Amino acid sequence: MTLIVNGAECDIAVDDRQTLADALREKLGLTSVHIGCEHGPCGACTVLVDDEPVRACLMLAVQAEGAKVDTVESLAEGEVLTVVRQTLTETSAFQCGFCTPGFMATIAHLLRVNPTPTRDEVRIALSGNLCRCTGYQPIIDAVLLAADRLNGERQQGTNGVDCA
Amino acid sequence: MKFPRFEHHTAETVEHAIALLSQYGDEAKILAGGQSLFPMMALRMSRYEHLIDIGRVSVSDRTISESSDGSTTISLACRHSTAEFSAHLADRQPLISAAVPWIGHRAIRSRGTICGSIAHGDPAAELPAVALALDATMTLAGPGGTRKVAAADFFLGTYETATQPDEVLVSINFPEMGPRSGWAFEEVCRRHGDYALAGVALAIRCSVVSPHTIENAAVAMFSVGSVPQRFPDAERILVGIAPAQEAIDQTAETIATMIEPHDDLHGTAEYRRHLTRVLVRRNLALAFERAGFDTLLGNRTRRDLDDAHR
Repeated sequence: MTLIVNGAECDIAVDDRQTLADALREKLGLTSVHIGCEHGPCGACTVLVDDEPVRACLMLAVQAEGAKVDTVESLAEGEVLTVVRQTLTETSAFQCGFCTPGFMATIAHLLRVNPTPTRDEVRIALSGNLCRCTGYQPIIDAVLLAADRLNGERQQGTNGVDCA
Repeated sequence: MKFPRFEHHTAETVEHAIALLSQYGDEAKILAGGQSLFPMMALRMSRYEHLIDIGRVSVSDRTISESSDGSTTISLACRHSTAEFSAHLADRQPLISAAVPWIGHRAIRSRGTICGSIAHGDPAAELPAVALALDATMTLAGPGGTRKVAAADFFLGTYETATQPDEVLVSINFPEMGPRSGWAFEEVCRRHGDYALAGVALAIRCSVVSPHTIENAAVAMFSVGSVPQRFPDAERILVGIAPAQEAIDQTAETIATMIEPHDDLHGTAEYRRHLTRVLVRRNLALAFERAGFDTLLGNRTRRDLDDAHR
């Protein structure tokens, strides 16, 4: 099957039952896609498919035929997540890091569709990602801080060229 | 857990899907969004040798369309996310619009489908209750042709609907919400997106001439029984009168006694009964307000509701 992963067209051979998560990890070495609960609620496997957040563990690889898939390996270099990576560090918003890629994909989507979220909007948008370490508040703080910084940069015209 | 072995079939059309279902019988299951089916397979609660993927099937140009009689039809390819951001639904079917953001999380809604959720028949799900409250009609397609089933006859048990094993739910029709109609939706859950501890979807219709008495009241509860439920005996209390606090309280109390909720680690039956009473009472008041009546909500309740609707 063929899909476009992180901007590159990829031909891979998969079993019918292989999830997109396993295909990305095992066929393409994209180990930022973390397998947590493997049935939906934890969100650690969240990636972007055709620019929408999706649980890679609840999608078959074959269902992504022809789709554009973006994982943190490329998203992290984009305008939004470059700033978010900085603010996550500043607010101590990750410890073990297991949930972090799932959060990053969700955040990349959130700040693209809603560049000025309220704290409540951030909370609801992130409600599908579980974290066992941080207690969530530092992550929410980091998102709001990143949004402020991105909007400030945009107003000053100093933003980077790429978008997550 | 990884999924058990199965063969994946991409259906090109509804007819193709039906043919495959007939061919493989008990061993086959329709795969729509997979956001309920895949978790069940991962947890080994379900197992099928053949998945008939209808994700690329469309029955009409638009997955959400309006008919000349003002009703709205949602067809099988419609993802929850499409419904969530549909201007048509926000305007013409606000109860659906209000319910969809409560379905799981954004990532689930990218893949899950409206028809799939209703065909799945989870008693804790939002859309079956919405379909009940709106007296929706489901269209099922099988080897013998299509047939229509009213929502009142559709939800038979936990994960059990009127859909036969060789049928596909191809569309759902929601009647027009007339003038002087009101609606409300609320669910109580610990984390936004969790399965509800208790939830209500309700729709009321009042006469357009003064004194605007209630013509129809539909109250559907979910997560408080093995199926989503309507309560004709309680709804009858409201018909023919103008909205009044006493009638609202009586309706809420009656419904609270009629449900048979269960205990589980998320909440006791008694807590669910208490939630039912509260949810019906304040959402009836909200629905009446939306229908154009003076508010029956106290200021505190309005603030609680605004918070609850986040």
